[in-house]
Amino acid sequence: MTQKLGERIIEAFLFVSAATAVTVVAMITIFLVREGLPVIVKVGVANFGLGMKWNPIAMTGEPSYGIFPMIVASFYVAIGSLVLAVPLGLACAVFLAEIAPAGVRSIIKHAVELLVGIPSVILGFVGLVLLVPFIRDHFGGWGFSILACSIILAIMALPRIISVSDDAIRAVPKDYKEASFALGATHWYTIRKVIVPSARSGIVAAVILAMATSIGETMAVLMVAGNVSMLPSPIYDILDPVRPMTANIALEMNYATGDHAQALFATGVVLFIVVAVLDAISHKALKSKMGVER
Amino acid sequence: MTAGTLISPATSNKAAMVMLWASASIAVLILTFILGYILIRGIGVVNLSFLLGSPRLSGAEGGVLPAIVGTFCLMVVAMLSAVPIGIGAAIYLAEYAPKSVMTGIITFGVECLAGVPSIVIGLFGYAFLVIYLGFGFSIISGGLALMFMVLPWIVRVSEESIKAVPMGIREGSFALGATKWQTMWRVVLPGAVPGIMTGVILGVGKAIGETAVIMFTAGSSLLMPSSLFDPVRALPYHLYILASEGISDQMAYGSSVVLLAMVLLINLAAIAIQKRYGRQYGRK
Repeated sequence: MTQKLGERIIEAFLFVSAATAVTVVAMITIFLVREGLPVIVKVGVANFGLGMKWNPIAMTGEPSYGIFPMIVASFYVAIGSLVLAVPLGLACAVFLAEIAPAGVRSIIKHAVELLVGIPSVILGFVGLVLLVPFIRDHFGGWGFSILACSIILAIMALPRIISVSDDAIRAVPKDYKEASFALGATHWYTIRKVIVPSARSGIVAAVILAMATSIGETMAVLMVAGNVSMLPSPIYDILDPVRPMTANIALEMNYATGDHAQALFATGVVLFIVVAVLDAISHKALKSKMGVER
Repeated sequence: MTAGTLISPATSNKAAMVMLWASASIAVLILTFILGYILIRGIGVVNLSFLLGSPRLSGAEGGVLPAIVGTFCLMVVAMLSAVPIGIGAAIYLAEYAPKSVMTGIITFGVECLAGVPSIVIGLFGYAFLVIYLGFGFSIISGGLALMFMVLPWIVRVSEESIKAVPMGIREGSFALGATKWQTMWRVVLPGAVPGIMTGVILGVGKAIGETAVIMFTAGSSLLMPSSLFDPVRALPYHLYILASEGISDQMAYGSSVVLLAMVLLINLAAIAIQKRYGRQYGRK
């Protein structure tokens, strides 16, 4: 009898543990909305989301809380990082899955694991002392720029793209490959026309996930973005400084009060929604892959 | 197919192989370059008085001991809370949960939490732990905020390790008349320990390197903490302040080396455990 009771207590504890994550997510949502919503209502959704001017501590006149340039900046640096990291990451994944001898594969796999482990603040620091002066000296501009952000984010995204794409490529049934070889195709032709297309949805999931991670990254971009809250002008000028949403929160949270602090929480709400939507799309892509695979 | 008609398949195959080898080399070079650069610039700064000294002039001189202690305290609080809850959740999901709407919601919650950007967890930690619960800028606020960040990771690796233990072992235990929990505690968990250990160690690595979560939850005091409710400045945040406020590049390089050494050692330990015990039952 007592044993039965003990089992019930343990099961209850396990259930509470399991429910913790959901509870925390619910509380994050409640607290962000509670802190952030009033200011969005006050200035208006359009003025907040599409407003061009961020001037929370106005010396004269009304403060303004427009985060449109920051939303653009977040997507801009994330897409920039993908442009750099996807071709390289995909090539590495193909190499690991198809070409690398076992010894080389395990060395590179471990190197990639270590790269994931490097704290983002260290990558940001390397960007600050190495990349920013390099860009300033060789490409012009201030150095703190979209380009610097994209490169640092690409280095962070690279290992994730490699390992997820590697898994996706290795999950492609061997028969496909052998059938292609039997038809006389070269290894490269097989990779290009058979293997990569079959692993497509897994790779797409990896890319979208990398984009979500890049948009959510704070420290690395904070240290190299320049943090100017304006659209780059002209818009394609990748040497202009920007301020992504994450950097906005990190920069000002320490001294913000009142509406200003609420506007930072509201920035967090937008960031949260953007990242959650991208994550959901990525999960969808992975699920559809699983359907085909087995 | 213009390229195909100009270049023979054999040549393009060769060219592609060279390109693939080159891309992999570039990826490894980037890693080596970053690690090498930090080590070369910073190793000269690191000595015993740097590791065991207190910072002076807001970190421009002296050492980083309070930041190392701060990082350690935050990590301990985070792991002490995340590990039992995470393993508990994993056991529930792997062994107890009836496949139902509830499991779906729980798994969805874990996936969601894993996706929340760290700065958003920081904001939540500030609003909930620092202000609402009144913990202030402190080890407990920062540690619990870190816990929210590592929890999904712990749940995931533990669940995977538990599920990798073969069904036959469980059935053997049940056949001997053991209860569900006895089977779990005495039979299944021991088999899953190496996998869980690897996950926990990697979680420690994540917690140590994390900055955005603790920026406005743990505070930025450079004094030694004397209780859980004292503020601390963790090493990564110290590095950020040194670098971004231009206090001292030398000290920033030194701090990077210390942080990097801690994180790399932890990751290597995880790899070693995986090699030694891992794949006891294989992953799939």
